[in-house]
Amino acid sequence: MTYRFDYSWIAEYWPVILKGLVTTVELTLIGTLFGVALGIACAWTRSLGPRWLRPPVVAYVELIRNTPFLIQLFFIFFGLPSLGVQMTEFQAAVLAMVINLGAYSGEIIRAGIEATPRGQFEAGASLAMTRFETFRHVVLIPALQRIWPALSSQIVIVMLGSSVVSQIAAEDITFAANFIQSRTFRAFESYFLTTGLYLLLALALRQALRGVGNKLFPRRAAR
Amino acid sequence: MMTFTLWDILRNLLLAARWTVVLSLVSFIGGGLLGMALLYLRIGKARAGQIFVQGYVELFQGTPLLMQLFLAFFGLGLFGIDVPAWLAAGLALILWTAAFLVEIWRGCVESVARGQWEASASLGMGYVQQMRYVILPQAVRVAVPPTVGFSVQVVKGTALTSIIGFVELSKAGTVVTNATFEPFTVYGLVALIYFALCWPLSKSSQILERKLNVAHRNH
Repeated sequence: MTYRFDYSWIAEYWPVILKGLVTTVELTLIGTLFGVALGIACAWTRSLGPRWLRPPVVAYVELIRNTPFLIQLFFIFFGLPSLGVQMTEFQAAVLAMVINLGAYSGEIIRAGIEATPRGQFEAGASLAMTRFETFRHVVLIPALQRIWPALSSQIVIVMLGSSVVSQIAAEDITFAANFIQSRTFRAFESYFLTTGLYLLLALALRQALRGVGNKLFPRRAAR
Repeated sequence: MMTFTLWDILRNLLLAARWTVVLSLVSFIGGGLLGMALLYLRIGKARAGQIFVQGYVELFQGTPLLMQLFLAFFGLGLFGIDVPAWLAAGLALILWTAAFLVEIWRGCVESVARGQWEASASLGMGYVQQMRYVILPQAVRVAVPPTVGFSVQVVKGTALTSIIGFVELSKAGTVVTNATFEPFTVYGLVALIYFALCWPLSKSSQILERKLNVAHRNH
């Protein structure tokens, strides 16, 4: 192979990459926070909530889990404006991530809630807790603890999946890579470098989530 | 200006959906074969093989599929190969699929109780015989539902190949949108077609899981 790697552009385009990195991290943070919150709401509805609310939640979860993220993103960014809902690339990207993670994490969290023994609910009730208090204090935290590894993997998957938001011109890492390759014609180098960044980001995110897990569920360490 | 009826849109999308199906099948079968080869290394005795597969899995699960597609598309070009989009798409998807299947299947093999290995060893079976007659038949039973479930991810993964210019359902959606200026309808229909492809797979994965589990409980 006679090809020579050429990274002479790196100094000039470093700020672009850094900006992309910040955007990807921001997207992941906001998407995770609201996505998991939505997931908890869905899981609560499906296992404990009012019966009439369950079919719409099931429809939402099935629809999102069986269609590609890219199409969800396009539908939100290109499709919704015809209903009068206009948003920026970043807002559309966040919304798509929240909706996507909400459906997946909802299923994961539901599995955690359904593994809770019935006796726990009864114990909560016998302490005169309301249904909501029982959910909040007795059911949710151990459920989250149980499924934390699965939830962490899903969050990493959503972070990696966010690379397609470059397709609606949200300026993430992939957008930076495309930008650089269009300017320097160094396609392989720019994608190689940014792929490495994603790999580091995935490792860092997994470590961070493990740390958050240990903080949130200190009892696990004690046991 | 030409006008498009709903039927025109749907017909064009369905024609393109054929390529989504073909690419999914190629990726799933190719990825399955590669995954089996990797599984052989991963659960084998050679340490180097285990480390190689671990690294492989880490690499392909820890980077976006889109980047892998780009690297396949532009990377093969470095070797002086003129890369058509379908080749890069197929290659990247096969490598990506294998990385997930090998991890799923490893879990299934490891779910077979240790005692089964010991029992078959005490019957004087060699490694290949143990695998062939004792471990794999049990592991396959556990492996079927998650494997079918993962095929949904493969179908959805093919959507990304539109970005490197392979014309399948997603790309057709973009093309038709540009012609009709009706993104709401077109992407809505695209989503429904993907749903029609994926939902039966998801459902059968769930049903299989229930069926095989029930059989397991009766033992």
